Amino acid sequence: MTTSATSPARESRDSVVIRFAGDSGDGMQVTGGRFTVETALAGNDLTTFPDYPAEIRAPAGTTYGVSAFQIHFGAVDVMTPGDQVDVLVAMNPAALKVDLKDLRIGGTVVVDTGAFTERNLAKAGFTSHPLEDGSLAPYQVLKLDITKRTLDAVKDFGLHTREAHRCRNMWALGLMLWMYGRDRDVTVAWLKQKFAGKPEIAQANVAALNAGHAFGETAEMSEYGVGYTVRRAPVTPGVYRTVSGTEAIAWGLVAGMRAAGLEKMIFAGYPITPASLLLHTLANLKRYGVITFQAEDEIAAIGACVGAAYAGALGVTSTSGPGMALKTEMLGLAIATELPLVVVNSQRAGPSTGMPTKAEQSDLFQAVHGRNADAPLAVLAAATATDCFDVAMEAVRLATTYMTPVVLLSDAFLAHAAEPWRIPDLDRLPRFPVRFRTDPAGFHPFLRDLKTLSRPWARPGTPGLEHRIGGLEKDYDTGHISYDPENHARMTRTRAAKIAGIANGIPLQTVALGADHGAIAVVGWGSTYGAIHQAVRRARQGGIDASHVHLRYLNPFPRNLGELLRRFHRIVVPELNNGQLVQLLRAAYLVPAEGLNKVQGKPFKVSEISEAIEATLGRARDVV
Amino acid sequence: MTVTTITDAELQPKDYASDQEVRWCPGCGDYAILKAVHKAMAEVGARRERTVVVSGIGCAARFPYYMSTYGFHTIHGRAPAIATGIKLANPDLDVWVMTGDGDGLSIGGNHMLHVLRRNVDLQIVLFNNEIYGLTKGQYSPTSRRGTKSPSTPQGSVDYPVSACAFALGAGARFVARAVDTQQAQLVGVLRRAHAHRGASFVEVFQNCVVFNDGAFDGFTAKDGAADTQLHVEHGKPLMFGARKDRGLRLKPGKLELEVITLSESSVIPDDVLVHDETNRALAQLLVALEPPAFPVALGVIYCNPAPSFEAEVYAQAAAARATPGVPDLAELLMNKEGTWVVR
Repeated sequence: MTTSATSPARESRDSVVIRFAGDSGDGMQVTGGRFTVETALAGNDLTTFPDYPAEIRAPAGTTYGVSAFQIHFGAVDVMTPGDQVDVLVAMNPAALKVDLKDLRIGGTVVVDTGAFTERNLAKAGFTSHPLEDGSLAPYQVLKLDITKRTLDAVKDFGLHTREAHRCRNMWALGLMLWMYGRDRDVTVAWLKQKFAGKPEIAQANVAALNAGHAFGETAEMSEYGVGYTVRRAPVTPGVYRTVSGTEAIAWGLVAGMRAAGLEKMIFAGYPITPASLLLHTLANLKRYGVITFQAEDEIAAIGACVGAAYAGALGVTSTSGPGMALKTEMLGLAIATELPLVVVNSQRAGPSTGMPTKAEQSDLFQAVHGRNADAPLAVLAAATATDCFDVAMEAVRLATTYMTPVVLLSDAFLAHAAEPWRIPDLDRLPRFPVRFRTDPAGFHPFLRDLKTLSRPWARPGTPGLEHRIGGLEKDYDTGHISYDPENHARMTRTRAAKIAGIANGIPLQTVALGADHGAIAVVGWGSTYGAIHQAVRRARQGGIDASHVHLRYLNPFPRNLGELLRRFHRIVVPELNNGQLVQLLRAAYLVPAEGLNKVQGKPFKVSEISEAIEATLGRARDVV
Repeated sequence: MTVTTITDAELQPKDYASDQEVRWCPGCGDYAILKAVHKAMAEVGARRERTVVVSGIGCAARFPYYMSTYGFHTIHGRAPAIATGIKLANPDLDVWVMTGDGDGLSIGGNHMLHVLRRNVDLQIVLFNNEIYGLTKGQYSPTSRRGTKSPSTPQGSVDYPVSACAFALGAGARFVARAVDTQQAQLVGVLRRAHAHRGASFVEVFQNCVVFNDGAFDGFTAKDGAADTQLHVEHGKPLMFGARKDRGLRLKPGKLELEVITLSESSVIPDDVLVHDETNRALAQLLVALEPPAFPVALGVIYCNPAPSFEAEVYAQAAAARATPGVPDLAELLMNKEGTWVVR
């Protein structure tokens, strides 16, 4: 181990937010990813968030071509990627232009002076030189010619200039690993494996990494700043790894399929940002019984899943808002035919194409109500990257237990965000084996289980159970087509009762933080979990009687939710939309819930929620 | 669980009918197609529990309700997508898609294109009546130009699509045609479609007695049928006419067909084309033939098998399993670099 973590010059920090920012071609995502692995291995808790441009290859040096990766790590419970950045690594002027606004006053900015050419400054839209005009005065600035130092470090490997230039990110990574006392052995091994076919590239990258690290280690660095230590976070013993929301959903679906005793998952999708990652991840899991199908469009993707469900497999499709709109008719068919289905919606900013790479929570109404006719289904939302595993399993359980489509709401943030995950004890995961109908005696396809109101799952291939289903209304007693008015009313009520009855098969709503009554409940759902939790924690530390209530089940709501909410004087509902859950809660429980809404394509800052808590209570005092 | 062995080999055509009353208009061509499907299934010994009939929306889409097999009446145009999912979930199932000209070529045209190019192992039977029946008589994508209908009172101005030319263009590897009233030929074509592994596309000219009666009389009327129909057979000369005295050949120097009439000698000239159902270029010429200058080509026009989609998908899945058996979940979650232990 070559780290100087024990260096006496180091200062201690509870938690740190670093943002690596550069041009799309500068390898910032790789840099952030490697820093994340080394940080996780060092025992810190962490959350990461990549922020990359929508353009595949934006022109180099432009502000819209800036790609960034943010990591928040610490010795404490880290729940968000961080409101403000402590250290900004800006690999070019455009990155400085775009990302400086998030750097806290007094924070550190590391700039590659070699990239601050007149041409790059002009491309980034600077009219004066930011390193010379005093605009960085509120910050600690480390002006380093990373470009030149990198080229020096790799000059012996015979690389073309362009290839040599591409090692700059490893130099910057080396420096940051030194600054926080991180090991770099795993990254060295990773580089050697990644460039196994091009040993000179591997050696050059390792040399750049080591050079950046050595720069920090040597006296040269001390004139600019010092190293820091961040203690290990106190965490539950176990085996850990980092996991992104996308990976956790993929694995949770596989675990759910196993728990249901199903042999196969048919996962059909159509490429759409930011949902495609799930298709890519599952395409590599064929060994585990996953068959992936890239369909010709969103409709065919869910159609194949409905067909697969009819044939007795787990059908799963994944999309984002606009694709969800296209799937609507097929969801109606799955509701009418009462087939199990999981639909993952990685929500993004809309309407229409909107901002495809930016997160929003604006598809809640669509998930709960967005179909023609009375067409209820179950809706779940994941709160964190690791929660995605449990929620995906739960989606499979509800779909197969209640023979219903289930919408799992994720978002562009969760799809990419990563955090450490304690790998669960696989023997203790829930089990909910499906019992396919095999007995022909008395069978018809819409016989109902008296407890769940679900119909039997009868697979083609089963002798004696040949039956026909479809989108036409069915007779309650025979399963044949029926236009009888009373029967339609009865079937409509039954479909509604089946979904409402899920409330009896899910846990009661608990309070994530705080008491189950009090001055204010901050009620959230989805990926706002971390920001809300931190804000409520701060409020409680400040003596405010606040609680955090976070909903996993959005349709139906847990059966005690109304009663729980009524035990609070004020209810604030932060959402990354224009006010959706707040309306559902008001409609369901007639409670005076108030919205806190943000639609900027960005997650909440903790401070925004803290301010809302104080403002709400302030108003309450004014009224009193 | 009790295992009942059902010997479907002994089933009669009527055994493939469900107990539901058939509700097409009296005289509808769909009755004849239903009858032919029942007969073809009996003849090939289809097992009811392994057979799935999938449809979209339209008159033809009622089909599954009249079958004693598994069946799924889905939504407009989407039957190919749902059938693809069924085959992916269980490739052992024998899946039929029943569709129409509006369902399969208008609202579901995209799915039809892709299911054909993918070569999913399905029998796709497209009932072409050149009209929308269930929605009461609007013109369809196969309606001839000038068709007067409630939505085109002055006559349609758009040009129709040819179902078989579309299928060939999409990359279908089995394309056949039949007429609803010609039971023997229809059953034969359905049997061939069933035997073909991959997507089999069968266009059936089906008469709608209510909204488009007699649309195909020009070549289906009994008197004159011999001169207006060309029943193709692999390896046989492309001959037609009451006395089998007319044949097709390439117009010298051009990629065009022409009709020649044989002399009294009845010796078939060498330049009369012999049907080769594996020849896509010939198939494209044949499906384009139209009266009055040419007869309408019927029968198996193109059949050139290739591995089916779901077979290839499962081959990849099998290859992905380096070791036999399904690996443990723990392997998925643990077997990666970058795990660490907290004690």
